[in-house]
Amino acid sequence: MKKILEVRGLAKIHGRGCAHCIDSTGPEMDTNICAHCGSVVATHGVSFDLHEGEILGIMGESGSGKSTVVKTLFFDDAPSAGEALFFHGERQWNLFDLNAAQQRWLRNHRFGMVYQNPHLGLNFNVTAGGNIAERLLMSDLAHYGEIRERARQLLSRTEVLPERMDESPRKFSGGMQQRVQIAKALATRPPLLFLDEVTTGLDLSVQARILDLILEIQQELGTAMIVVTHDLGVIRLLAGRTIVMKYGRVIESGLTDQILEDPQHAYTQRLVASAL
Amino acid sequence: MNAGYELPLDEAAYSFGFLDEFAKREIRRTVLKAISIPGYQTPYASREMPMGRGFGTGGLQLTLSLVGAGDTLKVIDQGSDDSVNAVNLRQFVELTCPGVNTTEHTAEASLIQSRHRIPEVALTEQQVLVLQVPYPDPLVVVEPSEARRKVMHGEGDYSRLLTKLYEDIVQFNEITISHRYPTRINGHYVIDPSPIPRYDIPRLHQSKALVLLGAGRERKIYAVPPYTEAVPLAFDDVPFRTEDFLDEQGQRRACARCGARDSFLDELIGDDGRKTWHCSDSDYCNDRLADQSQPSAEFVR
Repeated sequence: MKKILEVRGLAKIHGRGCAHCIDSTGPEMDTNICAHCGSVVATHGVSFDLHEGEILGIMGESGSGKSTVVKTLFFDDAPSAGEALFFHGERQWNLFDLNAAQQRWLRNHRFGMVYQNPHLGLNFNVTAGGNIAERLLMSDLAHYGEIRERARQLLSRTEVLPERMDESPRKFSGGMQQRVQIAKALATRPPLLFLDEVTTGLDLSVQARILDLILEIQQELGTAMIVVTHDLGVIRLLAGRTIVMKYGRVIESGLTDQILEDPQHAYTQRLVASAL
Repeated sequence: MNAGYELPLDEAAYSFGFLDEFAKREIRRTVLKAISIPGYQTPYASREMPMGRGFGTGGLQLTLSLVGAGDTLKVIDQGSDDSVNAVNLRQFVELTCPGVNTTEHTAEASLIQSRHRIPEVALTEQQVLVLQVPYPDPLVVVEPSEARRKVMHGEGDYSRLLTKLYEDIVQFNEITISHRYPTRINGHYVIDPSPIPRYDIPRLHQSKALVLLGAGRERKIYAVPPYTEAVPLAFDDVPFRTEDFLDEQGQRRACARCGARDSFLDELIGDDGRKTWHCSDSDYCNDRLADQSQPSAEFVR
């Protein structure tokens, strides 16, 4: 299997930071706020590999830094330290060494992101079709008929009625908004997709259908994904491998089956036990 | 303004062109930068002018800093030399710039300040066109933050503007922007070409004359230098279209005064409620009328 993403020592500190920040935070200290300078260590020392077509789960409680990891990789946020290499075709990119324009190019052409809150991923002032068109236009497609056709295909693929493509997503239900967001993220057929708590806040039957959709897409297109969630069910269904985070550190990583059946870290044990 | 008005003696010591020399120098420097980076909105320190912002202060400051003795100035408003805005600006220049000639004939002018139109007669390399701009940034309709707009301009990121065009076609089967049509200059920056109609956009492309655009309230100057690409944003399969002025039978309407079928027309509604169409460019219309009467005069002779 070919590697698509290699992350080493990713760190993000909100605040000034001091020499004691790292030692005085983390799961052992039971906090992510440095007692000396008050900085928040959102993540520290996160390293992992992702291969083509693989789904990696990032699990952890609120404030564990799991979303921060994805945000830095999608350039929503700049990391304080660490490096990430992205491989596609014959090329490789050192994500955090790129300038803003190069980062934007990668974002638009090679990455996709689905946020928990559709307001972040969608523009509610334009139609559902327009949202997808925006993403296609970003990737330099300028043929109206073709854009229409692609948008229609994507929306029917994600089970949004194509008849409703010219309505604002404001009029859609939460589940449908999430589907439009997924269609938008997939518009450029990105090799790498980030999913940040995509099913949180949706009811169970809608959750199940969205998860099905994500799995189908992964099988069809071979898209590599990073799935951030606090929901063990989502992890169990989607992720082949999982990393567990707490207070900004990775406390456990491995095959999902192994982690769920035989958790090693006390926190993971408690998490798995509480879900059953 | 009263045409007979003269500056009081104690105020007669204004510099040539009302603006002080430092202001003119700054504006000229800004103009140089704007020409060097076609389409880039160059910020400048817009001065207070003795008229309200929004009445062409941006254009006037450009005119005053460019005009010199021996220049011939034409001022038009929506194509007309005789509307209030044009007459006031022209009189102001006559008052403050001794030695500057004014004209109503496009071909005679070396400097043309215009609001919302480009003259029908093709401009030459010897002429400079100054356009008054109310809103310089085309991205303002999709992005409220100026800081973010600057980044979008820098990276040439106009996808959200194109999304707006897409939405127009979805809703109305046509792009509904009638004026201020976003136009890409020299392959990078997209400008708001001031409220000129779509009809005038092709005249910006490879224009022989230098086109300067000044926004007084928004404090921006930008330029379309001579022989520069100016391409309106459009889709590959939905090309840019100008006003065609077709009547119900599909015929090109003609000017009711001069009969021109190749000019931009204004729709006028008469007292009886009937519509007529006239050339918007009054000088062009008058010229044609004069030409039409001349041959017949020769014929008589």
